[in-house]
Amino acid sequence: MATRATPDDPTRRETGTSASSVPDVPGPRARGLGARDLAYVATFAALIVVLGLPGAIFAFGSGVPITLQTFGVMLAGLILGGRRGALACLLVVALCALGLPVLAGGRGGLGVFAGPTVGFLLGWVPGAAVTGWLAARRAPGFSVPWGTAGALLGGIGVVHALGVLVLAWRAHLAPSAALTADLVFVPGDLVKAALAVVVAAAVHRAVPGLLPPRGARP
Amino acid sequence: MITFDGVGHRFGDRTVLRGIDLDLRERFVGVVGANGSGKSTLARCVNGLVRPTSGRVVVDGLDVGRQTARVRRRVGFVFPDPAAQIVMPTPAEDVAFSLRRAGLSRSQTTARVEETLERFGLAGHADHPAGLLSSGQRQLLALASILVTEPDVLVCDEPTTLLDLRHTRRVAALLHGLPQQVLMVTHDLELLGGLERVIVVDEGRVVADGDGPAGVATYRALMEADAC
Amino acid sequence: MLTSLYVPGHSWLHRAPVGGKVLGLLVATTLLLAWRDPAAPALGAVVVAAVHLGAGLGVRRLLAQVWALRWVVAVLAVLQWWAAGPREAVVVVGGLLVAILAAGVVTATTRIEAMMDAVVGALGPLRRVGVDPDRVALALGLTIRTVPALTGIAREVADARAARGMGRSPRALLVPLVVRAVRHADAVGDALVARGVDDGPGE
Repeated sequence: MATRATPDDPTRRETGTSASSVPDVPGPRARGLGARDLAYVATFAALIVVLGLPGAIFAFGSGVPITLQTFGVMLAGLILGGRRGALACLLVVALCALGLPVLAGGRGGLGVFAGPTVGFLLGWVPGAAVTGWLAARRAPGFSVPWGTAGALLGGIGVVHALGVLVLAWRAHLAPSAALTADLVFVPGDLVKAALAVVVAAAVHRAVPGLLPPRGARP
Repeated sequence: MITFDGVGHRFGDRTVLRGIDLDLRERFVGVVGANGSGKSTLARCVNGLVRPTSGRVVVDGLDVGRQTARVRRRVGFVFPDPAAQIVMPTPAEDVAFSLRRAGLSRSQTTARVEETLERFGLAGHADHPAGLLSSGQRQLLALASILVTEPDVLVCDEPTTLLDLRHTRRVAALLHGLPQQVLMVTHDLELLGGLERVIVVDEGRVVADGDGPAGVATYRALMEADAC
Repeated sequence: MLTSLYVPGHSWLHRAPVGGKVLGLLVATTLLLAWRDPAAPALGAVVVAAVHLGAGLGVRRLLAQVWALRWVVAVLAVLQWWAAGPREAVVVVGGLLVAILAAGVVTATTRIEAMMDAVVGALGPLRRVGVDPDRVALALGLTIRTVPALTGIAREVADARAARGMGRSPRALLVPLVVRAVRHADAVGDALVARGVDDGPGE
């Protein structure tokens, strides 16, 4: 019993939302994020940080690092859905701004936001939102085709689009030149997208009911 | 005082609890049962972490299903894995988090936090990362963070499962010295033997309800019968 | 363990209020980027180096910061030179370098707690649109707390993968890691509910 904290599984997966656990206190908090959603969001934010810790592989120095962090971003959307996935990424961005070395290779702090590649970091938030929004099309079940579409459009398309635009603006490059520089990273991200969908499908089989039901906010 | 009135709980097709009627007035009550017997669900009904699908639970006159928030302020809950219930980076912050709605000033909060950590032998670790504490220290911190709010009832779900003998005894001694009513789910027969009341749960029912030695004997017989 | 990029010290910059530092950084960076002349990064570099040393952060840290940016600088400099000539390369790449270093100085002289208090304070007005600053602080603290917990889980999962002889399969590492992370989140969610996080403020 010690291995599974709640073997007799209480309210969460029956309802999908946390609001039901406190029917007696509506008020302002009902609009916000429930305690259980908060736990998921913080845990996936921490997961993204942890994925940047071991053996971060850099393509060139501390420019745009190729690590499993973008895998973590896609995974947050694929597992938690758009809203909570995006909030997990937002937490990582916030911790970075606060001055913690949460990005691959121990990078962090306000310097990241002054750098030319910050668009790739900021792109995580809408990227995970789009990934999760598409992945939850067949919620509560997980659909591999929709998940793949989400990872490709959100995890790669949105993140790279924002990354390239900010790079072009901050480094005064023609968008086409910025795009050319960025293309080096696309093959790696395709592999990570495939891995994220495979892992998400397995996790959804092991722990059903994680995606928010359609129409629910989280 | 905790009352279960015809409590049943179903999860999907599975009946986890059925027909639980209990009046718990003793200061220290033990609950024991096999893995999956429903004892953990029973404990979780006391602060509304699980809501019964039938019947109701009343704590000190408050209906858990209707007055959940008020009940949770009176009922502290200790989980098996202290790593998951420490929610702030350091012991001092975690204890302070429990006091966030106590209406104390910053200096009053700091004083209460220091005094509490001292009481639980954690004063030297106040600002260390919680991840560096041993399992035993983490469970003491979990208890500190719960008891600092001075609840009326403490529910403990296998509080010593991950602890060594020394910390198990320390936690047990601490629980026995509390003024609060304690409801403790455990597999540790040593902790149950001396209690004045032990409830044995099996397949979602209460199968025995008596003093410690009687409860331990019933549980042993149950487990050994299953083994054949 | 997640240790911050803060460098302990008692300089005037360490003691300066967070809001002032961030505002000063924004103004300085904007001016720097608006003044499109090679003199801007040159002057900026002198100022940043002076502030860096004045705050007691040391020469070695400054050089290390520059060294860490060598590849970005090199790649962008080549691209700019090729596209717009040497003058533009100095303006753009020099400006970015100075801006990054300046921001790094603010981070190095500001405690996480002070930064967090400033953020939570700044979020106050957003209460009206449903953002609860206390909940934001809880989310940030909880994430910092969860990083070492997940690092421990990752280590256990890696050991289990090795014990089962599945040496290099990323799936055999990532699936159990994420499943256990989800279960950890369930347990944390229970603990938060039990500690009254979903319940409104006191009656």
